[in-house]
Order: sequence, then structure tokens, then C-alpha cells
Amino acid sequence: MTTAVADRAPVRPHLRSGWGLLALLVLLLVAVALSLMVGSNPLGPSTVIEALRGHGSAEAGYVVHELRIPRTLTGLVVGVALGAAGALIQAFTRNPLADPGILGVNAGAAFAIAVGVAFFGLHSATAFVALAVTGALVVTVAVYLIGSAGRGAADPIRLVLAGVALGALCSGMTTGMTLSDPDAFDQMRSWHAGSLLGRGFELLVPMLPVVGAALLVAFLLAPGLNALALGEDVARAQGANIRLIRGGAVAAVTVLAAIATALAGPISFVGLMVPHVARWVFGVDQRAILTGSVLLAPVIVLCSDVLGRVLIAPAEIPVGIVTALVGAPVLIALVRRRRASAL
Amino acid sequence: MTAVDDLDVGYRRVTLRAAGRSVPIRARSVLVGVLLAAVLVVLAVLALGLGSYPLSPGAVLRVLGGGGEGIDRTVVLSWRLPRTLAAVLLGGYLAVAGALFQTVTRNPLASPDILGMSNGAFTGMLLVTVAGATAWPVVATGAVVGGLAAAALIWLLARRGGVQGFRLIVVGIGVAALLASLNTWMLLEVELDTAMFASAWGAGSLNGVTATPLTGALLCGLPVLAVLALLGPRLRQLDLGDDVASATGSRPAVVRTLALLLAVVLVCVATAVIGPVAFIALAAPQIARRLARTPTLSLTLSGLVGGVLLLGSDLIPQHVLPVTLPVGVVTVSVGGLYLVTTLIQEIRRRV
Repeated sequence: MTTAVADRAPVRPHLRSGWGLLALLVLLLVAVALSLMVGSNPLGPSTVIEALRGHGSAEAGYVVHELRIPRTLTGLVVGVALGAAGALIQAFTRNPLADPGILGVNAGAAFAIAVGVAFFGLHSATAFVALAVTGALVVTVAVYLIGSAGRGAADPIRLVLAGVALGALCSGMTTGMTLSDPDAFDQMRSWHAGSLLGRGFELLVPMLPVVGAALLVAFLLAPGLNALALGEDVARAQGANIRLIRGGAVAAVTVLAAIATALAGPISFVGLMVPHVARWVFGVDQRAILTGSVLLAPVIVLCSDVLGRVLIAPAEIPVGIVTALVGAPVLIALVRRRRASAL
Repeated sequence: MTAVDDLDVGYRRVTLRAAGRSVPIRARSVLVGVLLAAVLVVLAVLALGLGSYPLSPGAVLRVLGGGGEGIDRTVVLSWRLPRTLAAVLLGGYLAVAGALFQTVTRNPLASPDILGMSNGAFTGMLLVTVAGATAWPVVATGAVVGGLAAAALIWLLARRGGVQGFRLIVVGIGVAALLASLNTWMLLEVELDTAMFASAWGAGSLNGVTATPLTGALLCGLPVLAVLALLGPRLRQLDLGDDVASATGSRPAVVRTLALLLAVVLVCVATAVIGPVAFIALAAPQIARRLARTPTLSLTLSGLVGGVLLLGSDLIPQHVLPVTLPVGVVTVSVGGLYLVTTLIQEIRRRV
């Protein structure tokens, strides 16, 4: 039934869209290349290619294989997840300013990590990821239950309010715990900055099928979200199952945002900004916005990471701080232009 | 002199007459105000009596009345009174500022926390701390300058043919996020001890408030409240819409700018003394509105609720929890809890 709606939805095989897609793919390749080359030990393109093929110096091989490839892949996965989550949440809340973090994902993850460090002395990266995913899922489910209690489907505004409220509660308790435990405080302040550093394959690989499944759900929901964009009544008249679409979207957003947060810490603004850019380039079809966001978000994450490596070299600025430093001015410019932020 | 008006305006009201002027006031608002003041007094007596040297309410009242033993007088007047008064006064300042922000932007989510001022204050404080200062006046100056700079930046970015509520809030969120990431970064760069000290301050704390900063806060804040008392009627006219307000002789743009300026001053004064305490400015005006069931926000009631909230919140980490935490940690948690419960209540009512 939702596919029937999709058939009627305006599909725009625009020349602009084709070129836009190509441009995004090229940008993504450039970003990946930059991420492999740039750093405290800069490598030329030929050195990187040789290292990738298993030749070249041992040092370059180590830097590329042990440090930059995991870091770049983490950036890719985190970016894809954030982009898809942002596009979905803005579509189903019909709120141009919605961000995955608004559902309490970050606060829930931070709270769980703080509990793990303060009460159970957990320190490993694996434990952090497990805690972050658990915390994010628990809080988001709670947000969804509060937001959707009562009548029928989840009311987007109530959902956002519930997210803000539970998020505040969690962050208050997190601050309380960390301020009385220097060890937990130290762990949290580095986690809060958001970083792609030191995430190995053993963390990344188990996440890949989950991210893939959530992405699949996202693309299956896109036609239904197109119908929803016309308003609940129209969507219902067209036979869309609003409850199913919203429930599926929340589930996908939660999983995607939780994994991104677990891998890299709270990275702000990517999920918020990217769907807007995708909308300018590709138009209002949710499938196009989703595709554009999934391609563009990793570009932003990887470029911000590269920027963080060079800005104050030899020291690094964590990627989450760079995205905020770049993203906030964009948000402000956007709302000053006014027309652009309309959904 | 008071008398119940004959005119039916939909609610019971009381008219205060003094010096030839008469001001009609809702009966329920008066009742709520009196009750809040009573709660405030009870909490204050509790706060003055509790501690490692406990005093009975009777003893506290004796000291306040000018009597009592020497040691009791020292404990109450020198140790506990500044902190208690600071909680009442600055909680009130924050709440009034919040009510002003929310009235001007017509958005219940507008507050100094969300509009980036608190983050700006923390940025200023961190910059000063990173530079090596730890003395209170320097840190407070850094915080106030930071908060003002953030407010000015938001104002500049959000204006363009008048400051609109929505744009103001979005720009505020943007600037707040920008500053928050700067703060995170600075906390990462400094020593652990410094970072923890700064974070405790950044959460907002009444620990170590003395008489000197309190006097400063009184001297700066009371004139603002006096101006607000005069501005109040003009502010209420804004609720009728700009056209009506203009027609009745107000200049909406001027009133709005002035109200925001005064709100910023109040927030700065509070922040200078106790750091950026979250949620009071956001929640107090809404709680006051619900208690009094008024359609618009009341500055007086908001202020009273703010005092009750901050004083009550400060009792929890001092006397209930096993560890001494900054009061801001409690206000954030209590505020979040408050939002969650109101949401659940609202859902129940609609079912």
C-alpha cells in the first residue's frame, strides 16, 4: 500500500540530480583519500596506494592499515548513520530543526557510560560501545513510550519534548556522578568531544550488519514518509499506515544514532545540517534526500576529522568539536536566510 | 484597601487602591503568591537550621529576631544566611529573566540556558581559568563578560527587521552549541583538577557564597526589578499583539528590547555569583503560570517560584545526598523530571 503511494509521488529524474549524485560520489572519494593521506605523518597519494597494495615501507603500511583505514571506515559508518538518522527524523517529525540527539540518544549513551565507569570500573572501548548502545536504546525507547502514550501514533512535538526532558534528567545525573568521581570525569570529558580515533575493526565489523539493516528500513520507509509530508490526513487517505511508518522511523533513527554515538561519541550538527543540503540539491523526494544525506554526511564527518588533524597540528581537535565549529555558523546562516529552512 | 470588583471579567479579582491608583489583581494569583511566600519562609528556616551544627526552627527564629546565643548567631547569620538569601534572591532573578525571555519571544522554551548565555558565561569563566585566575571577582567578571558577549552575538545575528522569536531561538541554539563545543575542548586541554573545578562551577553552585557578592547582586538587581515593576503593564500589552499594543500607546519594539536587556542583566548578576544554574529560568515561569492558572506569565509569581526552586534544590545536595554536588546538577535533574511528569499528566488528561 505504501508502494502505491510511492508510484504517485512526484519523481524528478532531474539532470541536476544526476550531476549532484556524481558530485557527491566524487566528494566522498576525495574525502576518503584525504583521510588516508593527511595527518601528523603526511603520506603522498602514491605512498598510500602502495601501502594499500601491501608494498612500500613498513612505517607507511602501519600508519595506513593500523591507524588511518580503521579511522576512515569509522568515519564512513558514523557519517552514513548520522546522515540517514537526520534525514529520517526531520521527515517524520516534519521539523526542520530536528536532530537525532534531540531524542535523548546522546544523553542516554553518556549516562550509561558514566554509570559503567563510576560503578563498574569499565574502561575498554568495547565496553564503551556496548554501554553507549544500551543507554541510547533504553532512553530512546522511554522517550518513544512517553511520546506515544495515550492516543494513537506518536505526536512529534511530544516526542521532542520527551527527548529534551529525559535528556536533561540523564545529563544532570551524569554530571552529578562524574563530579564526584575524577576517573569517570576524565573518561567522560574525552568521550564528550567526539572522536574517530582508536576504533578498531573488532568494534566496527559487528556494527555493519545492524547499520545495513537500519538503512534498508530507512529506504523502505521513504515512500511512506513522502506521503506523510502531505499531512497525516492525506497520508491516511492514501492508505499509508502512519503508526507503522513512525514506529519504523523511530526504530531506525534510534539504532543508527545509537551506533554513531557509540562509535564516535556525540557528534553534533551533521544529522541536522546534511538533510537540508540534500534537499537543496535533490528536491523534496524523501528517497532523494535520504540518498543525498547518506552520501554527504560521511563527507562532512571525514573532512571535519581531517580538518581537526591539521588545524592545530601536531595536536588534534576531536571531530565532534570541528563539526560544531563548522555546523553552528551554517545553521545560523540558514535561519537568517529563512526561506531555506522551510521543509 | 481591597474590594471585590463588581465587573465580571471571568475570574475573581481583587482591586488594590493606593494613592488614587487602583490595580485589579486575580484573587487566585494573590492566594498563590501568599502561599509561595509562606513556603519560601519555611524552606529558609529549614535551610538556616540544618547542617552539621543543627538548630531548631525556634532557635533560628530567635536569632533572626535579634536574640540567641553567640555561636547560634555566628552559624545562622555568618555561615548560612548568605547562602540562603542568595538562593532566594538569585533564583528569583533567574525566574524573572526567564519570564521576560518567554514573554518577549512568546515561546515557553526560551531561556538563558537555551539561548546560549549560560554557555557564554562558562566560556568566559573557562578562558579566565585557563589563563590562570582562580580568584572569585576575576572568574565572575570573566563569566559576566562571556555571557554578555554571547547575548550580544545572538542579538546581532538574530536581528534583521526586528528580533523574531523563532529566529532568536534557533540562533541561540546555534551559538550555544558552538560555545558548548569550545567549552568541551578547553576542558580537554586543561589539567584534570582545573577541569573538575571549572565543571563544578559550570554546573552552577551555591557553595561558598559570601556576603560581599550577595550585596553586589542586591545592588545590581534591585534597580532592575524596580524598572520592571514600571514596565510590567506595557509588557502585558504585548500579549495582545503588536497592533493593539501600538494602538494603546506602547512602542512594542522598545518595550521588547528593554525587557530583554533587563533580563540579560539579571542573568549576568546571578551567573556572576553562582555560575550558570540551569532550568530555573525555563521552568519557574511555567510552574507559576500553572499554579495561578493565568494565561500570561507573572513576573512576581515567577520570581517567588524561582526562589522556592533554587532554595529547595540546594537543600537536596547539602542534606539528602551523600556527596556534595553543585546545586545546578539537582536543578537540571529536577527540571527534567518536572518536564517528564507534566508530559505524562497531559497525556493522561487527554486519554
